[in-house]
Amino acid sequence: MLRLAPFAAARCLPAGPRLGPLCLAGNCGSFARSRPPAGDRGALSRQVRAAAGGERLPVLKTPKGTRDHPPAQAALRERLLGAVVSCFKRHGAAAIDTPVLELRETLLGKYGEESKLIYELQDQGGELLALRYDLTVPFARYLAMNKITKMKRYHVAKVYRRDNPATTRGRYREFYQCDFDIAGQFDPMIPDAECLKIVHEILSDLQLGDFVIKVNDRRILNGVFAVCGVPESKLISACSTVDKLDKVPWEEVRSEMVAEKGLSPEAADRIGDIGIERIFSILEQRLEASGEKLRTTETQVLVATPQKHLLAARMKLISELWDAGIKAEMLYKKDPKLLKQLQYCEDTGIPLAAIVGEQELADGVVKLRDVATRKEVDIPREKLIDEIRRRLEP
Amino acid sequence: MAEEAAVRAQAETVRRLKQDKADADEIAKEVAKLLEMKAQLGTDEGKQKFVLKTPKGTRDFGPKEMAIRERAFKAIISCFKRHGAEVIDTPVFELKETLTGKYGEDSKLIYDLKDQGGELLSLRYDLTVPFARYLAMNKITNIKRYHIAKVYRRDNPAMTRGRYREFYQCDFDIAGQFDPMIPDAECLKIVHEILSDLQLGDFVIKVNDRRILDGMFAVCGVPDSKFRTICSSVDKLDKVPWEEVRSEMVAEKGLSPEAADCIGEYVQLHGPEGALCGGQHWHRAHLLHPGAETGGRCLWCL
Repeated sequence: MLRLAPFAAARCLPAGPRLGPLCLAGNCGSFARSRPPAGDRGALSRQVRAAAGGERLPVLKTPKGTRDHPPAQAALRERLLGAVVSCFKRHGAAAIDTPVLELRETLLGKYGEESKLIYELQDQGGELLALRYDLTVPFARYLAMNKITKMKRYHVAKVYRRDNPATTRGRYREFYQCDFDIAGQFDPMIPDAECLKIVHEILSDLQLGDFVIKVNDRRILNGVFAVCGVPESKLISACSTVDKLDKVPWEEVRSEMVAEKGLSPEAADRIGDIGIERIFSILEQRLEASGEKLRTTETQVLVATPQKHLLAARMKLISELWDAGIKAEMLYKKDPKLLKQLQYCEDTGIPLAAIVGEQELADGVVKLRDVATRKEVDIPREKLIDEIRRRLEP
Repeated sequence: MAEEAAVRAQAETVRRLKQDKADADEIAKEVAKLLEMKAQLGTDEGKQKFVLKTPKGTRDFGPKEMAIRERAFKAIISCFKRHGAEVIDTPVFELKETLTGKYGEDSKLIYDLKDQGGELLSLRYDLTVPFARYLAMNKITNIKRYHIAKVYRRDNPAMTRGRYREFYQCDFDIAGQFDPMIPDAECLKIVHEILSDLQLGDFVIKVNDRRILDGMFAVCGVPDSKFRTICSSVDKLDKVPWEEVRSEMVAEKGLSPEAADCIGEYVQLHGPEGALCGGQHWHRAHLLHPGAETGGRCLWCL
């Protein structure tokens, strides 16, 4: 059995009020469907199928507790994860990735009471498999398999738990974790100090406001429990109850320990990893509240032609821009109206338009338009790319 | 459940005895009892040792592999972004019924999740069906999106040939109604940019349209009812030699040898005079716009 030494990780709970109901920016509608749960539809769908001559009714939803990430959300998430990873890299951590599937026996016995929340795969005649529940057990397996004794690694990936997600409170069955761990024997507390520094850097970088970092060590927890008279046999069980403190109010946790587990109550801090999904929710809400529209593409120039029969010219120009590494788009219409093309820029936040019509082609220039100010200037074709780069420089 | 509780109690007994440094014989007796109880229970916990491995057909990526992947993805994503594509992500599993009926013969390769009392789920087999579901759910008619993620297939991976059960796909799709072939041309341009950027050496881009394939089959005398199944066979040509594909079509799928040979002639056509280029010259990796006004000439080098 793999026993994980207490990796130094700091818990951080944002100070201030508890997170309110999740509001999704760029709603994807996966919760908006008002269909009855799949089980109840059995009889109904059989009838419908029979009536439709055996055709299957399409059900359009993501599985319970999961959601799609449409462009607006995905863009925000990309930014957030980028900030986190850049901090990990700055501290010299190496990335690893592991399969989403693990052998069931790898996960067996590692999660105590929570084992019932593991997603198992059907026995289809091969090995018995399950979806990973966290990133720590896979890490331990990776270290053991590769006989590694020292490693500083980060792993950003999704994990899977068959919770009963209170989806209004932003908890899902598929969600990201950002793990950072330093494994190995070192002079005391130096790696621990670095972990704290990392948490601080990330949370500051994200400008979420003030925060408090809570630090724990399992040995402290054991000590606390011992002092409080928790029998050794109940240590792990008491731990899992205390662990629920981040999701469940103290009163409920206390009641579980006292009524169900026969313990005397004691408040304790706990270890954890950076709650990335929670941070993501905060950022989403903020964005929504500010009314700011986050661009979902990074396109810098729209290539436009005002008259008919200029498709080839448009494609040639955009090709030159792409070859120069400039992010560019054009409309998929043979003869689009100029107004429509300029409107597209405004709708999607593209800052520049490169317009080339019959006159410009004859004169060997490109009309470069600043979408925000609406100012236009004719630039000689051979100077266009330099001019675009100059304008896009921060 | 009662047996499991009994096992736990017995384990507790053993632990306490060891802690209290009880008589060695007594400990041995209780340990033997515990092992027997576990064996009777027949669970995995009865094993003293288990094997540390990733599931068949999957593997870890250590730091070196990650660095290589990151570089490749960076080039690929930067190209997709340069062309104005948005990114989406979807869950790793779908409702089983979403995937049912979409993959024909390959359906047996889908990983199903155990029925644990909720919805029936399966791991996604590709990124296209999820994309279609996403479009339909959100009533989207026009979109240019990319999606880079792992997909899952219960193949028999010939591991030395680099095929796995868990592997990445980088999908780029333009969905919607547009003036003909303009988005298609951009897709070809993207493939060209990425492969050039990755500096893999020379390459050939092969272009297909299902309608060309249908036409080819019709000309070769493939009965309508066998179109899809013959398609799956022809699809295997990138992994399996022609002889094997031909033999599957004739022996397993009941296609006439004449039809099979006719198909054989077409699929083995390659070289400067591609059957698909409208009769004009065929540049390697250049793009053709088969429109009337351009007369099928190569646009990107006009």
